[in-house]
Amino acid sequence: MTAKSTAMDRGYGRNYLPFAYPALLITGAVIVFPWLFTLFMSVHEWKIGSPRAFVGLNNYARLAGDERFIESIGTTLYFTLLSVVLPVVLGTACALIFNERFPLRGLCRAIFILPMMATPVAIALVWKMMFHPQLGVLNYLLSLAGLPPSLWHTSLDTVIPTLVMVEVWHWTPLVMLIVLGGLAAAPTEPYESARLDGANPWQMFRYITLPLIMPFVVLAVVIRTIDALKAFDTIFVISEGGPGTASETINIYLYLQAFAFYNIGYASAIVVVFFVLIILMAMVLLWLRQKAKWS
Amino acid sequence: MVMSAASPGVLWHTKRALSNLAFGFAVFVIVSPAILVMLWMLSLSLKNEVDNMAYPPVFVPSPPTLANFEAVFVNSNLMRYLVNSLLVTGGATLVAILVGVPAGYGIAKASAHRTAICILIARITPALSYLIPLYMLFQMLGLTGSLWSIFITHLVITIPIFVYVMIGFFESLPPDLEEAALIDGCTLWQAFRHVALPLARPGIVVAMILSIIFSWNNFVFGAVLGGRQTRTLPAAVYNMLTFEQVAWGPLAAAALLVTAPVLILTLFIQKEIVGGLTAGGVKGG
Repeated sequence: MTAKSTAMDRGYGRNYLPFAYPALLITGAVIVFPWLFTLFMSVHEWKIGSPRAFVGLNNYARLAGDERFIESIGTTLYFTLLSVVLPVVLGTACALIFNERFPLRGLCRAIFILPMMATPVAIALVWKMMFHPQLGVLNYLLSLAGLPPSLWHTSLDTVIPTLVMVEVWHWTPLVMLIVLGGLAAAPTEPYESARLDGANPWQMFRYITLPLIMPFVVLAVVIRTIDALKAFDTIFVISEGGPGTASETINIYLYLQAFAFYNIGYASAIVVVFFVLIILMAMVLLWLRQKAKWS
Repeated sequence: MVMSAASPGVLWHTKRALSNLAFGFAVFVIVSPAILVMLWMLSLSLKNEVDNMAYPPVFVPSPPTLANFEAVFVNSNLMRYLVNSLLVTGGATLVAILVGVPAGYGIAKASAHRTAICILIARITPALSYLIPLYMLFQMLGLTGSLWSIFITHLVITIPIFVYVMIGFFESLPPDLEEAALIDGCTLWQAFRHVALPLARPGIVVAMILSIIFSWNNFVFGAVLGGRQTRTLPAAVYNMLTFEQVAWGPLAAAALLVTAPVLILTLFIQKEIVGGLTAGGVKGG
């Protein structure tokens, strides 16, 4: 009895925390230090190769009047909205299909998740070749279907939908997996009683399945929102923010300010605003999720 | 009598066959985008430049040629970049095993979810936001352009993946065995090392695969911090696009070489990957 209680004392939760110290130390060094340093840089006028000067909140004030930055916020939100809604709707539909039993399901699922594991830069290069307005295979396929050719990423009007299409291709599988996890955990009894009551498949989906998987769909929305806000590789390779600044999201503008114009201080101010925006979006979504749970 | 008994049967069978057909078609539709893009990459990489530039496009390479792959190996420093990628991904995954597995164990046992959130924030933060300060720091230390700097930034990808997968895994392990070990006088470390760790092997494998894939795929760290000799593969492939004239064959061949290991890994161990991803909804950087 005494042996057991001392063993339990030793096994008390807090005593396990030292196990996490090395990881916390490293993530702290690689994450917390950069944050503090970013705040420090954001109040300085600092170009790589020239001495820094303290300018207070000047960089932030400049941001408020920077049309290119304001425009990039709009572009980011437009891109994010489409890159959340489409993968979530399609991914949920695909999860319903993969929840059924059918021959070769494992193989089909493996192929289906390939896009999310594939190297984004490599795939973006392939898409770029497929989008080529004159020689690309996609315009040829459109012509076979009797449709006019598209300018894809080379036109102001189609560049964002084009990039969204690639984003949908990449990340619908992740939504599918999250929702599939929810479907696998759903109980079967409600379906049996609904069938006895003569419910049709649509009613069963609307009133049983959808409420059951809703927490998972919301989780997918949160994850997709965060990822779409941060999207970089695909946009950078396919359109480089262009034509003009038509697909310049905050992340791309940030990259250009830091590593093309070397305005480190100004770029740091953008980082701070961008980070606040991401946290705000995540908090709004989590708040909506709480609210949905209570009602 | 016989007729009326048979006709609903026939109707039922036709209806069922039709709905199976429709379902099969739906499955075909949702897997085809993935297959078509991959096949087109393969097709581009196996055709000569004349066929790649042909309109209407040539779909099946005839005869297939390996010249593009040869060109990639001869004209670019691909082997060097491959070694760079292996070192960075391997090193970052190794460190993540060493610190991430105990961390996952500690956090799961202490149910310290607030600690877990600290590490989750790494998942939310845009990569560029820590890239800028780290770039400045590396410059002051004279590390820019070295593999060390890329390796350090990749820890931001691999450690959170390990911590997350391992928390989920250790929470699902029954605590009885470790409690017995503690009663027998083991220290916490011994209970972890000799009881929990051997049981955790499947979880470690899943975390390792995910961490390897997402570190391998990362582009922006290698692109910004890597020098001419120290780029990782994705950054090197992107560079081919900017510095060479439009040569689709070699470009597609290089893209295929970079992503093929990941795709093959995914196909072979999709069950483990699916398990690991649904557990945490994790995704790298």
